Amino acid sequence: MDLKAENISFSYNKKRQILKDVSLSLNGNKIIGLIGDSGSGKSTLCKILSGYITNYSGEVTLDGNKIPDKNFHPVQLIFQHPEKTMNPKWKMEKVLKESWQPPQELKDTFGLKENWLTRWPNELSGGELQRFSILRSLNPKTKFIIADEISTMLDALTQVQIWEALISHAKANSIGILAVSHDEELLEVICDDILHFNEINGV
Amino acid sequence: MGNLLEVNNLSISFTQYVEGLNRHDLKVISDLTLDVNEAEIVAILGSSGSGKSLLAHSILGILPYNSHVTGEIKYKGNLLTQDPLMKVSEQAIGECKDEKEHDARKIKQREIFARYGLDESVDDLYPFELSGGMARKVLLSTALINDPDLLIADEPTPGLDSQSVKETIEDIKNLKEQGKGILLITHEIDVALKTADRIAIFYSGYVIEINTVENFRNKQNLLHPYTKVLIDALPRNGFNYAEGVQPLEVVSGCPYYENCPVRLDKCENEKPELINHNGIMIRCFNFEEGNDGS
Repeated sequence: MDLKAENISFSYNKKRQILKDVSLSLNGNKIIGLIGDSGSGKSTLCKILSGYITNYSGEVTLDGNKIPDKNFHPVQLIFQHPEKTMNPKWKMEKVLKESWQPPQELKDTFGLKENWLTRWPNELSGGELQRFSILRSLNPKTKFIIADEISTMLDALTQVQIWEALISHAKANSIGILAVSHDEELLEVICDDILHFNEINGV
Repeated sequence: MGNLLEVNNLSISFTQYVEGLNRHDLKVISDLTLDVNEAEIVAILGSSGSGKSLLAHSILGILPYNSHVTGEIKYKGNLLTQDPLMKVSEQAIGECKDEKEHDARKIKQREIFARYGLDESVDDLYPFELSGGMARKVLLSTALINDPDLLIADEPTPGLDSQSVKETIEDIKNLKEQGKGILLITHEIDVALKTADRIAIFYSGYVIEINTVENFRNKQNLLHPYTKVLIDALPRNGFNYAEGVQPLEVVSGCPYYENCPVRLDKCENEKPELINHNGIMIRCFNFEEGNDGS
């Protein structure tokens, strides 16, 4: 599958345009890295690709078709801070089930421990929550993952563990990944290709 | 050189009420021993959510009421916060007794702002109008205006681009040149390697190793098996995978027992102390006298 963004432009207010004529193309069998300065609009682009922001100009298409704004969104965004994406009044089991019930094997790949499921989000560490947040996004209907700084807050070992798990699942299921990070060394290890944001943004 | 900060056997736990009136003690820092000297940078390296920041909070005396602290902290400190509703220059100046003191501190504030390349137009801005890098410089200036001896920098770099990270590292090193002691709390190994003199590895609430930055450049000189795995996991060292997550429950033995390749029988139920092994602090039975550490 191909996810294409064409001539995306966007601004939050009249003072400053964030994105101008940004085009990029992702493929279901590839991991593409995106690197750029803080505050340059990378996360805004991520939100546009995954349907969180809709009042942009330009077009986002999946195999040439517009993505319907109802039902499950095939492009899933994973954020840097998983604790901000979970209902604090839900136990982890419910947080995960909101999307789907992953098979035990996949839970094991992500190192999910059985006794984490009965905890509240504030009883787990950032790394543990991020494992849930990634697993939650891997619903069988997901075709693309937009990973916005997903391992920035994690230690080096946890970073390896979650990327290995995510990449092995994505490769096996032809899920394409856009990996956004400041860490060029990381992107060089995990990506097939790296885009520099200032080269694709016309602002 | 004097010890600016000395932390001895510090433990922090929280009392929580779960499902009604069931009290539950959550231990976040256990038996932490650490010191910072003048003109020295000590980094504490641990994953996010592992409780590192609580060490800073306890040094500064701003832990919440339901916390329980044992152990000893000897220090001189300075607190860093930003109030969103004050102009940044006034925040840096802080509270003053009278106009005269305010004027004197205003001069000093301008001097320190200028040193960090913040021109006069910045003085009248509010925090939301600053970029991430500028805000960091304002915070740093605010901390320096009272001329403290010890600074605690809690995760000063995540989310900054590489240029800003470089500047932050330079800023921190500059402070060391001026003779300040710095406790740097971070999960980014690179930042620790580029700034610190000594690095303390934090695992599951315990400091398991305190080693010099020189030894971190050569894996052979690192002692704890977790430290080695952590360094090997860096993208530039091969992005090597290793099993295991930090235990959530209180364990009776070594916190790394479950994942340790060199564990001994007694590690399961006995807790190793932090001991001095040829000048390196290590919490592992393999380095006790009588064991050769291999």
